[in-house]
Amino acid sequence: MSFLSLITIKGGRDYSLTGSETAQAEQNGLANAEWYKTPIDRKTLKALMKRSDGPALRNIGLWLALLAVTAAGAIVFWGTWWTVPFLLVYGVLYGTGSDSRWHECGHGTAFRSRWMNSLIYELASFMMVRNSVVWRWSHTRHHTDTIIVGKDPEISSMRPPQMIVMALNVFGIVALPQSLFALARQASVGLSADERQYVPEPEQARAIWTARAHILIYAGTLAWAVMSASLLPLLLIGLPRAYGIWLLLLMGLPQHAGLDEDVLDHRLNSRTVIMNPVLRFIYMNMNYHIEHHMFPMVPFYALPTLHEAVKHDLPPPSPSLFAAWKDIIPAFFRQLKDPHYFIKQTLPPGAGAPLLSPPTVPPSDHGDPAHAGH
Amino acid sequence: MPDIDVCALDDIDEEDVLRFDHADKTYVLIRMYGDEVYCTDGLCTHEQVHLCDGLVMDHVIECPKHNGRFDVRTGKALAAPVYDHLKTYPAKVENGRVIVTLD
Repeated sequence: MSFLSLITIKGGRDYSLTGSETAQAEQNGLANAEWYKTPIDRKTLKALMKRSDGPALRNIGLWLALLAVTAAGAIVFWGTWWTVPFLLVYGVLYGTGSDSRWHECGHGTAFRSRWMNSLIYELASFMMVRNSVVWRWSHTRHHTDTIIVGKDPEISSMRPPQMIVMALNVFGIVALPQSLFALARQASVGLSADERQYVPEPEQARAIWTARAHILIYAGTLAWAVMSASLLPLLLIGLPRAYGIWLLLLMGLPQHAGLDEDVLDHRLNSRTVIMNPVLRFIYMNMNYHIEHHMFPMVPFYALPTLHEAVKHDLPPPSPSLFAAWKDIIPAFFRQLKDPHYFIKQTLPPGAGAPLLSPPTVPPSDHGDPAHAGH
Repeated sequence: MPDIDVCALDDIDEEDVLRFDHADKTYVLIRMYGDEVYCTDGLCTHEQVHLCDGLVMDHVIECPKHNGRFDVRTGKALAAPVYDHLKTYPAKVENGRVIVTLD
């Protein structure tokens, strides 16, 4: 029995990509389906999609500069308590900040220049201990089949919610070893059955070589730490993915947590949260999550404008991270007892009708008052 | 090989795309600058998403769903997640109208 099985709360749906839920989703017409989109004037959308290098150069340039300054501070003050605040900030910039750079550059929307997107994507993938090939395809699938059980490999809030795993992951206790294990497996044995579902055959060899390259760098860092008899190399490379990930959990889980599954409408399975400019800098505006899923071509710097253009058709955003978690935590506890429960998003008057299933397939228990709260 | 009069050139902005359907198939017209126009199949070869909602930039059209990119001049798939090329059709401007030759 594995450690993970000891801390996993049983009784939920099958979230693997090779189980019975996969066939069910396909039969129900939920796989690769047409999704609801808020109608938006083509000229407005075209203006919002327009690419420029400037905003990302400033955002990512500042992020890299802050990483360099805090790393330098940690090195200079190593051996004294003054190193701690530098490492705490460095950890968040690394463990949380690289996730949003990975995401934006993976979409190819952060920069206008393709090579800049590719360069930062590879760097941020390494920092997040993610195989850049595997995760590119996993995220592609996440956008095709968002929170469709059996199809989406990136469902992080399952039902019942894995509260113990989430609590341990505040400091990456499960996530980092899992990610390193995945890299080691990809480097040695190859891709898992789930990964082979969404990484196309011609890309699989590249995924294996990418994993080998990452493992080599981590092994080199470990050797450097052992030879120098110091933890500092690991605190700068690798471990920030554990001790700096707490803010990513806090900002990232509300993207979909507690909301509906198996619907074709991002307004029902995603959440927009209003955040302050510091958090939005770290998160690259990914708090506008419904808008991002509906129009993934819109770059991070145009998401606040997109929000204004479509908000009449969207559920009211959570006014703060605190407010979002105030909704999510009771929903998690309720889902422990009733995995069918979800937070039903309220659409404003005059909004487009929610799209629960493909037009030819009748909805299941969605909207059933016995299973819907809020 | 019928020639189809699709629309007036002015119906498409520069660096933009317009969908048209003909004989149960969907296509896109892409206008770059002036009377430089191209015509391709209208669905992305990756997951059959309509390209008419995509972005046109530097002779490349990007799929609105997963950013699959194609060269509008040749239909060549440029990067993951697209591998299969897009079929292209001859397109020209005559007397301010866009004429496309379909199979």
